[in-house]
Amino acid sequence: MNREALAVSSTDVHRLKGRQNHKWKQIKSSGYLYLIFLLPLVYFFIFKYGPMFGILVAFKDYNVFKGVFNSEWVGFKHFEEFIFEPYFWKLVRNTLLLNIYTIIFYFPAPIILALLLNEIRFTGFKRAAQSISYLPHFLSTVVVAGMLVNFLATDGLINQIIASLGFHKIQFLMMPEWFRTIYISSDVWQKIGWGSIIYLAALSGVDPHLYEAAKMDGANRFKQALYVTLPGISSVITILFLLTLGDLMSIGFEKILLLYTGPTYETADVISTFVYRRGLLGADFSYGAAVGLFQSVISFVLIVCANYTARKLNATSLW
Amino acid sequence: MNLGRIHAGKIFDAANMLFMVVLCTTILYPIYHMFIVSISDGHAVLRGEINLWPVSPSWDTYKAVLRDPEILNSYKNTLLYTTTGTLINVTLTAFCAYPLARKKFYGRSFFTVLVIFTMFFEGGIIPDYIVIDSLGLINTMWAIVLPPAIHVFYMIIMRTFFQEIPEDIYESAYIDGANDLRIFLRIIIPLSVPVIATITLFYLVWHWNSFFPSMMYLNEKSQYPMQLLMRNIVIAGNVASQESAAASMNSMVTGQNIKYAVIIVTIAPILVVYPFIQKYFVKGMMVGSLKG
Repeated sequence: MNREALAVSSTDVHRLKGRQNHKWKQIKSSGYLYLIFLLPLVYFFIFKYGPMFGILVAFKDYNVFKGVFNSEWVGFKHFEEFIFEPYFWKLVRNTLLLNIYTIIFYFPAPIILALLLNEIRFTGFKRAAQSISYLPHFLSTVVVAGMLVNFLATDGLINQIIASLGFHKIQFLMMPEWFRTIYISSDVWQKIGWGSIIYLAALSGVDPHLYEAAKMDGANRFKQALYVTLPGISSVITILFLLTLGDLMSIGFEKILLLYTGPTYETADVISTFVYRRGLLGADFSYGAAVGLFQSVISFVLIVCANYTARKLNATSLW
Repeated sequence: MNLGRIHAGKIFDAANMLFMVVLCTTILYPIYHMFIVSISDGHAVLRGEINLWPVSPSWDTYKAVLRDPEILNSYKNTLLYTTTGTLINVTLTAFCAYPLARKKFYGRSFFTVLVIFTMFFEGGIIPDYIVIDSLGLINTMWAIVLPPAIHVFYMIIMRTFFQEIPEDIYESAYIDGANDLRIFLRIIIPLSVPVIATITLFYLVWHWNSFFPSMMYLNEKSQYPMQLLMRNIVIAGNVASQESAAASMNSMVTGQNIKYAVIIVTIAPILVVYPFIQKYFVKGMMVGSLKG
C-alpha cells in the first residue's frame, strides 16, 4: 500500500517534470514568435493598458505637475459630483435617446437594403447600385458634417428647395428639435450601403434548396424573404445587434462635436462631448476621466449582458 | 390568381429599382452639387441659381485653393501622416496577427484575450491624453500615428487569413532549416499580399479621414492635416483662413465656392481611386465579418 502510494506519487512527479519540460520546450520553440510579438505587446501596454491605468486619475485630484502617482486620492468625489449635477440627467437622456433612435431607425436600414438588393435580377444594375451605396462610407466625418452644415444653412441647398416650394426657411442647425433627425438621417445616408455588405454575404450563404422547398409550398417572394431569408441571416443580425449595443453609450461622438451649436446643446450634448469640453478644453482632467469611466463601465456591462442574453436565446455570441 | 401574382411581382421589381435610383441620387447629387457650385460664378451661387448645370464655369476657385499656402501645407501634412501612419499600422498589425495565428505560440490564448479586451474596454480620451502628454508626444506627428497603430478588428482579419495557410508549409520550411521569423518574412508575407493590400487600404482611408486625434494633440496650425483645416474653413467658418484664400482671387468668388472646392479637393483622391479599389474593401470586410 505504502509502496504503491510512493510509486504513484513518483510517477506524478515524473509526469509533472515531463509537463514542465514540455512547457519549457514549447516556450523555447516559440522564441521567434515572442520576438515578433514584442513590439505589438509593448504597443498594447503603452497605448491601450497605459490609459486604463491612467483611469486612476478619476479617483484623484490630478495635478499636472505632481503626475498621476503623486496626486491626492479623493475616492468617488468626482463621480458623486457628476451624478448630482443637474445637467447629468440631460446628458444621459441625450446619449440614450440618440442611440435608441439609432437602433430603431438606423439598425434595420442595411438589412432592408440587403433584402431589396437581393431581389434585383439585373446583375449590372445591382452591382452599380451597390457600388454607389458604399461611397459615403469613405467620406470623412468632417466632409459629411461640412456638407450638412452648408446644405442646411439658411442659404443652403435644402432651404433653397424649401423656399422654392413656397415654405418658410428653417434654421435647422440652430433648432434643438431638428438635431436628432439630422444626426440619424445622415448616419443612415452614410452607412446604409456599407452596412449591407455583411448581410449580403450572409444572404449568399442561405441554402438554395430552402427556397425551392418554399416555392413548392406556394410561398411568394415576400414570404420567402420572411420565412427563409430572414431566419437564414438571423445569427449575423444578432451579432451586429450586440456590437451596436456595445457602442450604445459612445457612438458618433465626432459628428456631434462637429455639428452641435450652443442652441442645440439641449438635445445634442452627450456624455462624450461633455467629457471633451469639460475635461480637455476645461483642463478638468480628473472630473473628465471620472465621467468617461462612468460611460466605459456602462458600455462594458451592456455588451457583456447583451452577449449573455444572446447566448441564452439562440446560441449566437461574440465570444 | 397566377397572373395577379406575376403582375404584383413586376410592380414590386419596378418599385424596387426606382427606390435604388432614388437612393443613388441622394448619394451622388450632393457631391455633384458641391462640384458645380465650386466651379460656378459666385453671384449665381448667391442667388441660388445652381441646380443641374454650373453657371459660367471656371477653375479660378481651384487655382486659388491650390495656391493657398495653408491648404498646401496641410495637404502635405496629411500625406506625411497617412504614409507614416499606414506603414506603422501594417507592420505592427502583421507582427501582432502572425504569432496569434500560430497554434504553437505558447500563451496564445492569454495574449489573444489581452488584445481583444481592448476592443471592449478603453481608458477614454482623458487618460489617453495624459499618456500621450507624459510621453512628450503632444504637438508631434507621433501623437497622431502611434496610438492607433493596431486596429484590433483589422488584426483579426489578418490573423484569420494567416490561420488558413496550411500547416504543411511550416513543416517543409522547418525541414529546410527555416525558423519562424524567416518563414514569416519569406513565405507568409508573400502569400498574404491580398489581405495585406486590403488592410493597407483600410488604414490609408482611416488616416486620410481622421481629424479628432489631430484636434486633440496638435496645437500648431502648421501641423494641421487637411481634415482639421477643412473643419476650420468649412464648419467653424474660420475667417482668417478664408481670407488668405480669398485674398488671391477676384471678388466674383464667394465663400461657398471655396468651401465646396476645399471639400472636393479633399475627397478627390478617394473618388478617383474608389472605382478601382472598392472590391478589395468589400472582400476584406467579408473575410473579417464572417470568419473573424
